[in-house]
Amino acid sequence: MTTESIATTPNAPDSQGRAFYRSQVFRRQMILAALVLALFFSLCVDLALGPARYSLGEVIAALLTPDNVSQQARVILWEIRMPVALMALVVGASLSVAGAQMQTILSNPLASPFTLGISAGASFGAALGLAFGVAIIPTAIEYVVPINAFLMAMVTAFLIHALSLKRGVTVETIVLLGIAMVFIFNSLMALIQFFASQQAVAAVVFWTMGSLTKATWPKFWIALGVLATVMPLLARHGWALTAMRLGDAKAESMGVRPRSLRLEVLVLVSLLAAIAVAFVGTIGFIGLVGPHIARILLGEDQRFFLPGSALCGALILSVGSVISKIIIPGTIIPIGIITSLVGIPFFLFLVLNHKKASW
Amino acid sequence: MVTLQLNHVSARYGRHPIVQDITTPCFQGGQVVALLGPNAAGKSTLFRRILGLLKGEGEVAISGTNAERPVAYMPQETGAKAVLTVYESVLLARMQGRSLKVQAADLAQVDRALSELNISALGERDIGDLSGGQRQLVSAAQALVQEPDILMLDEPTSALDLNRQINLLGVLRRLADERNMLIMVALHDLGHALRFADAAMMLENGRLIACGPTADVITPTLLRQVYRVEARIEPCSKGRLQLIVEEAV
Ligand SMILES: Nc1ncnc2c1ncn2[C@@H]1O[C@H](COP(=O)(O)OP(=O)(O)OP(=O)(O)O)[C@@H](O)[C@H]1O
Ligand SMILES: [Mg+2]
Repeated sequence: MTTESIATTPNAPDSQGRAFYRSQVFRRQMILAALVLALFFSLCVDLALGPARYSLGEVIAALLTPDNVSQQARVILWEIRMPVALMALVVGASLSVAGAQMQTILSNPLASPFTLGISAGASFGAALGLAFGVAIIPTAIEYVVPINAFLMAMVTAFLIHALSLKRGVTVETIVLLGIAMVFIFNSLMALIQFFASQQAVAAVVFWTMGSLTKATWPKFWIALGVLATVMPLLARHGWALTAMRLGDAKAESMGVRPRSLRLEVLVLVSLLAAIAVAFVGTIGFIGLVGPHIARILLGEDQRFFLPGSALCGALILSVGSVISKIIIPGTIIPIGIITSLVGIPFFLFLVLNHKKASW
Repeated sequence: MVTLQLNHVSARYGRHPIVQDITTPCFQGGQVVALLGPNAAGKSTLFRRILGLLKGEGEVAISGTNAERPVAYMPQETGAKAVLTVYESVLLARMQGRSLKVQAADLAQVDRALSELNISALGERDIGDLSGGQRQLVSAAQALVQEPDILMLDEPTSALDLNRQINLLGVLRRLADERNMLIMVALHDLGHALRFADAAMMLENGRLIACGPTADVITPTLLRQVYRVEARIEPCSKGRLQLIVEEAV
């Protein structure tokens, strides 16, 4: 029988399904490669732009042979712009991966660090520091706000985890809990702003707009370290996470333990999101838009979807950073405003033009 | 050879006992066992208990296998929406617990499972766009592709046309005969059970009320008691036992 010959000789000519699968894999590898190239290009443009303009050639020269460019160019490109530009990549990737996995494990296209209240929690922590100088853990002044933000983001995440462990709490309820968190923290923020000085209110508002300009090398290394730790841990569960999209019953039948996987992944991606938000403030919608674009381009097989989400998120934020510098020359508009203003219409365009129902 | 035996097995949802005190003889690889019983008798619950997805007293003894996951399971509900093709979704079932790197042998298994169920042509389709019967066949392929020692299927033919019902059950029969798998399959069609199964278990209200060779379990007396129908079981001109239902009582 033909089935036997296929089974016993793996090198037999490809069946129709296998040929299609192979072409699909190849196409996805090409898309990932294209994303990497686009990312590199966007990074160079991002570095070139600013009060002192450089040509792309100068930027690439400074990247490849830092010793051959002028002292001034080296300081501006490597010390001032590079941490900011790289921070955009890492934060974009972190938020997007966090959103991708929240959507996967909660089977909800609206799940993201933003809608689960993690960003709102971070804002509240930051506001405590900015308005009243409250340091949840006393540290160097530069790190008070990020640490406050990080801790409140993690508190929010653990609150959601704790509630989700209660009997009878379903995946839908978890998303509702997140939205409740958003409202609670927004009220608390309003309360802080009511009592704080004018100056402090301005600082809080600026922080919640999200800005990359405070990025430094140490902050970048911390964010990168967390991303580089979490990604392999997620990849290890690649097949199981893909199976989660078939529903709990189906995933269970394949040997996945949905509850424990959900918990582990929620902890990991909360960490990812909390770090990102803590350093740069609320940058909305990357965690929502990044994964959706990756899903349209690459499907939901995590071997491609996970790196794809990271690359899409990084690219969006990097392009956002470029746009924030060129809209009004000489002024850097807070990146959070750009990602919302440009990202949302683009997102709507994609969603409305993509007919497949996948939720 | 793989064996499966249940000793005083119970299962509950929360505090409600659903399946109670089920003890079976030792089933062996090469056997097809039909799990029978009216709606809500506890068939799906027993499957989930055997798989360890539900807690309860008693012991599920599986031996004669060194596979890490000897049991594959096809659940009753099969719908899912995700951006995955049929081919990907079957590969996914194959790859659980394995490395991220897909080997040629894995792809060969996917091809084999799809062609055994005559759904190779569906490989490129998105799983969200399938008909009910197609979804059920894909779900069966996801179980087959795991190459288990024990294969459990919860009403695998409920959405299939006549040809595909017979084909699927024929595939199961062959898997038992040729690859020595132990197949346990929940069925509502007792005619299919008579034709394809070696043994049958009859559940009613969570209790095992009959268990043994299929023809000894499916009897007019038991059908009247459990399904409340008047029925005869007679050999056809080729000598195969046929179920003839007269009326519901
Ligand atoms: N998740 C659940 N929580 C509580 N009770 C449940 C749950 N699932 C099933 N039950 C109950 O367990 C009993 C047995 O259900 P089960 O699904 O095992 O029946 P079944 O024999 O598979 O029926 P069917 O032929 O309709 O598939 C039913 O009374 C049902 O209401
Ligand atoms: Mg059932």
